[in-house]
Amino acid sequence: MSAPVHAIPVDFERQRAVCAALRAFMPEHGVLFEREDVTPYECDGLSAYRQVPMVVVLPENEEQVCAILETCYALRVPVTARGAGTGLSGGALPLGNGVLLSMAKLMKIVALDPLARTARVQPGVRNLSISEAAAPHGLYYAPDPSSQIACSIGGNVAENSGGVHCLKYGLTVHNVLKLRVATIEGEIIEVGGGGLDAAGYDLLALMTGSEGLLGVVTEITVKLLPRPECAQVVLAAFDDVATAGQAVANVIAAGIIPAGMEMMDQPAILAVEPFVNAGYPTDAAGILLCESDGTREEVADEISRIERIMEDSGAHLVRVSRDESERLRFWAGRKAAFPAVGRLSPDYYCMDGTIPRKRLAEVLRGITEMEKKYELRCANVFHAGDGNLHPLILYDANDRRQLQNAEDFGAEILKLCIDVGGTITGEHGVGVEKIDSMCVQFNSAELETFHALKHAFDEHALLNPGKAVPTLHRCAEFGRMHVHSGAEKFPELPRF
Amino acid sequence: MSDPVTQFADAIRSAADGKRPLNIRGGGSKTFYGNPTIGETLDVTTYRGIIEYEPTELVITARAGTPLADIEAAMREQGQMLGFEPPHFGGNATLGGCIAAGLSGPRRPYAGSARDFVLGLRLLDGRGSDLHFGGQVMKNVAGYDVSRLITGSLGTLGVILEVSLKALPLPPSELTLCREQTQCEALALMNEWAGKPLPITATCHVDGRMYVRLAGATPAVHSALAKLGGETLADGATFWRELRDQRHAFFAGESPLWRVSLPSIAPELQMSGAQLIEWGGALRWLRSDSDAMSIRKAARNGDGHATRFRGGDPRSGAFHPLPSPMLKLHKRVKQAMDPAGIFNPGRLYTDF
Repeated sequence: MSAPVHAIPVDFERQRAVCAALRAFMPEHGVLFEREDVTPYECDGLSAYRQVPMVVVLPENEEQVCAILETCYALRVPVTARGAGTGLSGGALPLGNGVLLSMAKLMKIVALDPLARTARVQPGVRNLSISEAAAPHGLYYAPDPSSQIACSIGGNVAENSGGVHCLKYGLTVHNVLKLRVATIEGEIIEVGGGGLDAAGYDLLALMTGSEGLLGVVTEITVKLLPRPECAQVVLAAFDDVATAGQAVANVIAAGIIPAGMEMMDQPAILAVEPFVNAGYPTDAAGILLCESDGTREEVADEISRIERIMEDSGAHLVRVSRDESERLRFWAGRKAAFPAVGRLSPDYYCMDGTIPRKRLAEVLRGITEMEKKYELRCANVFHAGDGNLHPLILYDANDRRQLQNAEDFGAEILKLCIDVGGTITGEHGVGVEKIDSMCVQFNSAELETFHALKHAFDEHALLNPGKAVPTLHRCAEFGRMHVHSGAEKFPELPRF
Repeated sequence: MSDPVTQFADAIRSAADGKRPLNIRGGGSKTFYGNPTIGETLDVTTYRGIIEYEPTELVITARAGTPLADIEAAMREQGQMLGFEPPHFGGNATLGGCIAAGLSGPRRPYAGSARDFVLGLRLLDGRGSDLHFGGQVMKNVAGYDVSRLITGSLGTLGVILEVSLKALPLPPSELTLCREQTQCEALALMNEWAGKPLPITATCHVDGRMYVRLAGATPAVHSALAKLGGETLADGATFWRELRDQRHAFFAGESPLWRVSLPSIAPELQMSGAQLIEWGGALRWLRSDSDAMSIRKAARNGDGHATRFRGGDPRSGAFHPLPSPMLKLHKRVKQAMDPAGIFNPGRLYTDF
């Protein structure tokens, strides 16, 4: 996250050669290299990292994608694929000596079959537009990352995106049936199948969440689900977060899988309430939003049980949404959490660890200690059902010390997540942002396995190199850096 | 005597040094599945037992040699289950074999497959390295999803040591309705109903009858029954268990059993021989002496694939042949995990 924008000087000769090769089959407007044309692609949703790409290429169909990859393979130019550029871990950060492959123009819904409940879409299609196209048939696409109005389905596949309904409806990997993938050699393979499984290894699962390191997805067949008949949400307020955490466990113990189960701590509530007037009690240490969806009978049954469990678990206030507008109002606060926190501080840094839920109170205590240590505030929102914690660290990027502290604070939270049996990323991906934390989560034999698998798909490491999986050398340096803290990080590496 | 994991790792390293194949074996309930393999048996049943089970975290972690029945019994005591309803076949099925085979039962289209429920695993690769992937949490996108790649790889990529699975609550209420229906009508209904918010958790069509399992909150199940109509089956649980374990009469006898995976809306399979439909139309079981080529062609034309599940001519491989770029990729993935090629060679495809 740190360090100013680092500009690799452009190798103009190389740039000319790559552009000429691409223009042999691409229209002129589909190959960009002028500084002002490529600068808009210098970062994704993690804007603290920036790098202007050498060339940007905008294919309009699968044949062009294959030809671009074939060309890059022949010229040994690294390629970074990019969807809508909303990713939060820098997975689509370009390379100064590489091609940025924008999939934004492949934005057609190719087919939607209401009886089979599937949609075949191009990678640049926005997540929400699939559900919009399916709505007239009473169907929808379940994974709903918070950026769903903007993020692309191709990016969702690359990151294995989640959302607030994961516990019940799964991640992207659970909702994709088939992919057409262009390999770095420019060959098309199909993974998954027309049925519910395919012959051979489950490359569909391997490809999903591989952050653009194994191939470039050119078409996705997703599963559509029947829209639930209705949904209702319970809002419960607690005097301390540990009790709220126990209430979540009690709901699960009662055999209920809520459609959504979200927690916010007091700093998050205090940021949100004046911003959206969602009706959250500002005196609460933590609130839970617990949603039930399904048939009317199911929802009525579940909501009454959830209400009782919240009361028995020590909630000092329990409210059930009376109608759809109140349900949406309760959710509006949670959905506005990031921008609301953003109003409190010039910058915030969003973390994405997942923990076993039973360790929540301990982790939140740890974060409170870190707030003192790093002299920065932190608000917490939590996908409580599936243990995915989003601490939002407030800082001012113009203050170099705060910037450094925010980064160290974040790394220490991730280390704590690993220590309690969790993971450094639940849904945002590793990208460039968490690449050093990968050295903490995986040992060298495990990292070598990742590299061996990468090599099986991309032997010259041309697909999005430098993301997701750190080299062993980098981890060795990272380990040493921990011993000599304060030393300059990886002087041999460009930082941006 | 050293612990089982050290023994397995030693056996792997010595086999890799001598390029001697190993035949990984759990309970032996699925030895019929896949192609015959060669090699010295590596029995993993000594590494058994539930390591951690936290019902409120919805996660169970157990060693590969743990009998599936033990895991399900422990979960039932806590009002939970394995959502993918894995087949037991012989009854000695172990967790390791269940995940290595990656097979799922009747609930699969409605709740998810074996790989969907895998959260993480520990395995020994072809170098004998002890590796952990994934974890015990619901959401985890750190590193490639190796745990799900291993699921269904039939032991060709590594020796599974431990697996963490997501648990689901047992439905409070369950009943099975049954109606006279032709195959064509059943396929249409299965697809139509799957597009509606109904609490369906299994479907089957066999011998002119269609079976639908409804499960969930009691009022929801009864309301769905009233909507859909049909008589209720007295012992639905037995019907689905026998279907899951292939003890239903359809599976008796010697004629070759084919498993044809197709889009749920694919029309009736035009092949000679009896058929049983499951998974809302997405799985067609076929008892047929037709040659492998024509069955595979029909499956391919329908955008699916066909597995010679039991019996039949062993000269045709058990699994649907892979297109050449895919086969090339499979060999490279195998090479990455098992460079000496010692794990269950030929079990999945004769090429590796």
